[in-house]
Amino acid sequence: MKLVQLAHGSGGKLSHDLVQQLMVPAFSNPALNTLHDGAQLPVSGGRLAFSTDSYVVNPRFFPGGDIGKLAVCGTVNDVAMNGAKPLYLSAGFIIEEGFSLDELEKIVQSMSKTAAVAGVFIVTGDTKVVEKGAVDGIYINTSGIGFIPDGVNIAPARVQPGQDIIINGFIGDHSVAVMSERHGLVLPSVIQSDCAPLGSLVEKMLNAAPQIALLRDPTRGGLATTLNEIASQANVGIMIDENAVPVRPEVQAVCDILGFDPLYLANEGKLVVITDEKDTPAVLEAMVSHPDGCQARVIGKTVARPAGQVGLRTSIGGIRLLDMLTGDQLPRIC
Amino acid sequence: MKSLHAEEVRQRAEYFITAINKAADRPVRLMEVCGTHTVSIFKAGIRQLLPEQIELVSGPGCPVCVTPNDYLDTAIGYSRQSDVIITTFGDMLKVPGSTSSLMVEKAKGADIRIVYSPLESLPIAQENRHKKVIFLAVGFETTAPTAAATVLAAEQEKIENFFVLSAHKLVPPALRCLLSDEVTKVDGFLLPGHVSAIIGEEPYRFLADEYRVPAVIAGFEPLDILQAVYSLVQQIQRGEPTLENDYRRIVKPKGNPAALAVLNKVYSEADASWRGIGTIPCSGLAVNNQYRRFDAKDQIPVTVEPLTEHKGCRCGEVLRGIVKPAGCGLFGTLCKPEHPVGACMVSVEGTCAAWYKYGAGRWQV
Repeated sequence: MKLVQLAHGSGGKLSHDLVQQLMVPAFSNPALNTLHDGAQLPVSGGRLAFSTDSYVVNPRFFPGGDIGKLAVCGTVNDVAMNGAKPLYLSAGFIIEEGFSLDELEKIVQSMSKTAAVAGVFIVTGDTKVVEKGAVDGIYINTSGIGFIPDGVNIAPARVQPGQDIIINGFIGDHSVAVMSERHGLVLPSVIQSDCAPLGSLVEKMLNAAPQIALLRDPTRGGLATTLNEIASQANVGIMIDENAVPVRPEVQAVCDILGFDPLYLANEGKLVVITDEKDTPAVLEAMVSHPDGCQARVIGKTVARPAGQVGLRTSIGGIRLLDMLTGDQLPRIC
Repeated sequence: MKSLHAEEVRQRAEYFITAINKAADRPVRLMEVCGTHTVSIFKAGIRQLLPEQIELVSGPGCPVCVTPNDYLDTAIGYSRQSDVIITTFGDMLKVPGSTSSLMVEKAKGADIRIVYSPLESLPIAQENRHKKVIFLAVGFETTAPTAAATVLAAEQEKIENFFVLSAHKLVPPALRCLLSDEVTKVDGFLLPGHVSAIIGEEPYRFLADEYRVPAVIAGFEPLDILQAVYSLVQQIQRGEPTLENDYRRIVKPKGNPAALAVLNKVYSEADASWRGIGTIPCSGLAVNNQYRRFDAKDQIPVTVEPLTEHKGCRCGEVLRGIVKPAGCGLFGTLCKPEHPVGACMVSVEGTCAAWYKYGAGRWQV
């Protein structure tokens, strides 16, 4: 008998296989099959972006965020990665019997505050309480809807060889923040999760360059897995430069000690942009003047060959494959 | 080493590569015996920067990989006991035993907890007094002292339900075994920096003195490895094998006497079984008589299933540097990181996992 393993939820190879082999064949339809961060649904004057995500992070409170903030940011960002302005969220709570009402209020207040920052309304919801032990504290599901104006077309199919790959800042902060809280790591300085709603940054970027080809948020599985998904869906090669990828020294230090690779660590306030070279200056200018994009930089390029693969130019000038995450670096990171 | 700017690193790398190219006047096989070196070599893309004359082969340097099936079967046997909690480094979870793995047992309900330090086992033992907490003590001289320190801490805090299942291994006896083996041909060793930080330089003297094989203790940054390769190539060219310590910022000649004292208090040398190599005399560490009440094997009876080895898996030869991962018929087909057949594909520091992950033979422009 095959059993569900933690790695099936890692965002890496096994998650990918589970979606491709079980979910997609069962639910197959044109809006789903593009397998972007959310579905795009036609309406007059544009399209709707629709996305959903569940939040099981452990611990529920960590430097820079909590499960409530994450539940809003995560879904808002998935909607925004469609080039949409996020508008409405639903919130479903599964709560364990005996959970502290004070803590629930803290979480709900955090969601409210984050929704206000993100400019979205939580317009519908559901609450279920289950017997003690049936869930670990509280799990939250949010779904989000946003509007994509005509003229914006964010899609893997628009990725071509020769485009620039941009990231908006340091990678790995979220995983290290959650991990240090979970394991009580004493670090010389507290690393905050990067958890942030990216709707306004995306809006600013699209105002500067509506023809951006692709946006993706490198959450579970990290930057490496996201780039692999893009390479495989768009059938292009990707080459990134190790020295250009921003990693905080303290994040790198934690990774070195614990044997993690920042390229595979989850982010909750990062986005990867793929755009034509000629638009790069405009996109970068829009990004660096926004608080969530001030560390933006080009980290690599799309190339024609080898299609479907990601390569990394190392600090000493070697080139190696940068594969998808296999196994699970850290369960329950979001 | 002070931290260097990216451009300086690239320049120094270029210097070493040019120098190595100049000095490499014959084909040589250099073996690294540390999984962290294996990963660093791939991660930095070092192989393709070296001349064809220099072949880097990986030895038995990944602690998870050299742990034999019967140890895993024993751990799996313990995990099936309802009054046992297993604590382990995460790497061990996916390693296949004869018919199961700890990950499969965990999904079936066994209480198996991943720890980053053996010391994390002690609060678990204190919170679960009615259960036996068994730490899977694998690893070389690097990890053995912390496992030993945990036993000492358990003794001091009077924790009676903590045990270790030791499969600790020692590096120098394995090197001697490889050199005595007709099939494995090694012209020089890249010695493990972390292990050396504990044991120091002396235990490696026999490599040059008895076997006339050059050996360099090396760090893990790309430049450390290039420098060590250069030192080895120079020694070979001059025909003057010696033991060199190129990682002096961490490795002291006498190692870490405090860690060694802790290790020797709890453990004593014992014959040990290595995957693919077999039993090597005095190459492992067993809990000594004085601390036997912490020895899971001695204290807790266990039913272990009959040993079966996986047909077609060539981990044993990979670990001795006789075949490259791609030389195994299962590599990349039946045996992948998401469903490993052999131990070398499991651990992130395993030779096969590193070859697969970093794309040896898969990145084709």
